[in-house]
Amino acid sequence: MEDTEEEVLLSDDQKLDIAKWFLLNSPPGEIQYVAKDLKSLLNDEDVYRRAAAEAFPLYNKSNIICLHFPNRSGEVLVSSFSEISEDEYLDPRTAQVGKVDHVRQICTTMRPATDEELPSPYIEEYRCALDAEISKYVEEAYPKGVFSVYCTNGKDAEDCGSDFELVVVITATRHSPQNFCNGSWVSIWNIEFKDELQTVEVRGKLQVTAHYFEEGNVQLDAKHECRDSTIFQSPDDSADSLMNIIRHHETEYLTSLQASYSNLPDSTFKELRRKLPVTRTLFPWHSTLQFSLTRDLEKELGIEK
Amino acid sequence: MEAAMGLMRRMPPKHTETALSALLSLLPDHSSDLLSQIDQPLQVLCDVDNAKEFILCEYNRDADSYRSPWSNKYHPPLEEGIYPSSELRKLEIEANEIFTVYRDQYYEGGISSVYLWEDDDNEGFVACFLIKKDGSKYAHGKRGYLHEGGWDAIHVIQVGPEVQGMAHYCLTSTIMLSLTTNGDTSGTFNLSGSIRRQMKADLCVEDGHLCNMGKMIEELEGKLRNQLDQVYFGKTKEMVCTLRPPSELLLPMALPEARKP
Repeated sequence: MEDTEEEVLLSDDQKLDIAKWFLLNSPPGEIQYVAKDLKSLLNDEDVYRRAAAEAFPLYNKSNIICLHFPNRSGEVLVSSFSEISEDEYLDPRTAQVGKVDHVRQICTTMRPATDEELPSPYIEEYRCALDAEISKYVEEAYPKGVFSVYCTNGKDAEDCGSDFELVVVITATRHSPQNFCNGSWVSIWNIEFKDELQTVEVRGKLQVTAHYFEEGNVQLDAKHECRDSTIFQSPDDSADSLMNIIRHHETEYLTSLQASYSNLPDSTFKELRRKLPVTRTLFPWHSTLQFSLTRDLEKELGIEK
Repeated sequence: MEAAMGLMRRMPPKHTETALSALLSLLPDHSSDLLSQIDQPLQVLCDVDNAKEFILCEYNRDADSYRSPWSNKYHPPLEEGIYPSSELRKLEIEANEIFTVYRDQYYEGGISSVYLWEDDDNEGFVACFLIKKDGSKYAHGKRGYLHEGGWDAIHVIQVGPEVQGMAHYCLTSTIMLSLTTNGDTSGTFNLSGSIRRQMKADLCVEDGHLCNMGKMIEELEGKLRNQLDQVYFGKTKEMVCTLRPPSELLLPMALPEARKP
């Protein structure tokens, strides 16, 4: 192959694009490993540094990574919902803003959020009530779950009579490189409070990934979207029914994931290759010599069973 | 090379081709190593003489043409391409016929091709058995369960020279697969990946090379299928259940009563 391959030297921009592609396609929790391999492969500190600076923020946000505050007073989720500036992210529960070093994936400093960055007292009542309910649910359903509730629209509404939108983000990750296994669960719930109709529209997006790579590379990538609605009530009652909606859909989704797995051996996987031939006995390699003389293999084997 | 293989272990299997071509452009000096160590999804061409499809790989390629196992002709036509000796070609024809039946019995569809060539280094020969199956409901999925489903099997087997009625066989098998199901309540569920294993044996030549190779392939292919099913899919399922355990696994705990909305 190498004799026909023309030597084409890549420009720095092409290298940069390739490096970014690898970083952005890292499975959840594995970007640091990918970065290490990539760095040694590129052998070009400058290109690597540029690629990392561009790719890490995108990766961190789309994977919603969770970082501890430097004083361990809580954690902040890096996402487009919590983003104040490219390296500042809000934790609404503690009303703190963490400054994030994207490439090192740590939170370096923190500061109290300003009034402008936080929702009005009216909205905060809804947000806080939902936060409390979701907290109970996450604690019960996820051994290592992290969540946050944001106001993404209409956060300055002072009184009833206005629409607003809350977003619940729940993530659970597990990294166990010594067992060659990583996984992540992310659910994002968009909740639109519509004052005129007195309804609350709920849209959920769930994504579950798992990667097992001992002597191989097998990845699960599962996604689901769902919708529901409820009526606009007081902060506490809304929070309660919203939590029940979320719990219901997530439990149902987990059940369907398990069903997909249990269908594998007998139906889905069989579509690709059967465990045993249609004849239900191992292939008769010994008798194939005679068959090939007749040139009528298929027929012969059909009769043989 | 080690870093390149490290990356391939992590990139999503559905992006293998993109990842490989990226590595080839970053490491042009390692292209033959990369191509031999990283398997890519199999491609297919149609043999015009026989109106039959055949599978493309490095082993039936010469320049930019590929030799069909059915007509023994290169596509597109090639002057002075490399061909197996007439003795090996005879075995190749037979292997293709039998492997077609084997493939049909296990796969209920799909395409297979077998290529043989002389192994000058150790006075034996090498055979490559390939299977490609599209199991989606739009192609060869008989039961209609799969929205998308691909299985590529690559078996390369080195056969040593005959010594006192015995020969040494070394088989390397790779399976690449991807399956996707789609449903209103279950969303998109995709599992994809690849694994590679090796198997060696010294076998009596009296039974015929084809019989010996076939049995080894059948055994290893079955093992790989089992491992994917039990170990690899099993581990990803276990991971899902660690992230969010099904309720029956949770400690008994009073669930708050669902209040009326």
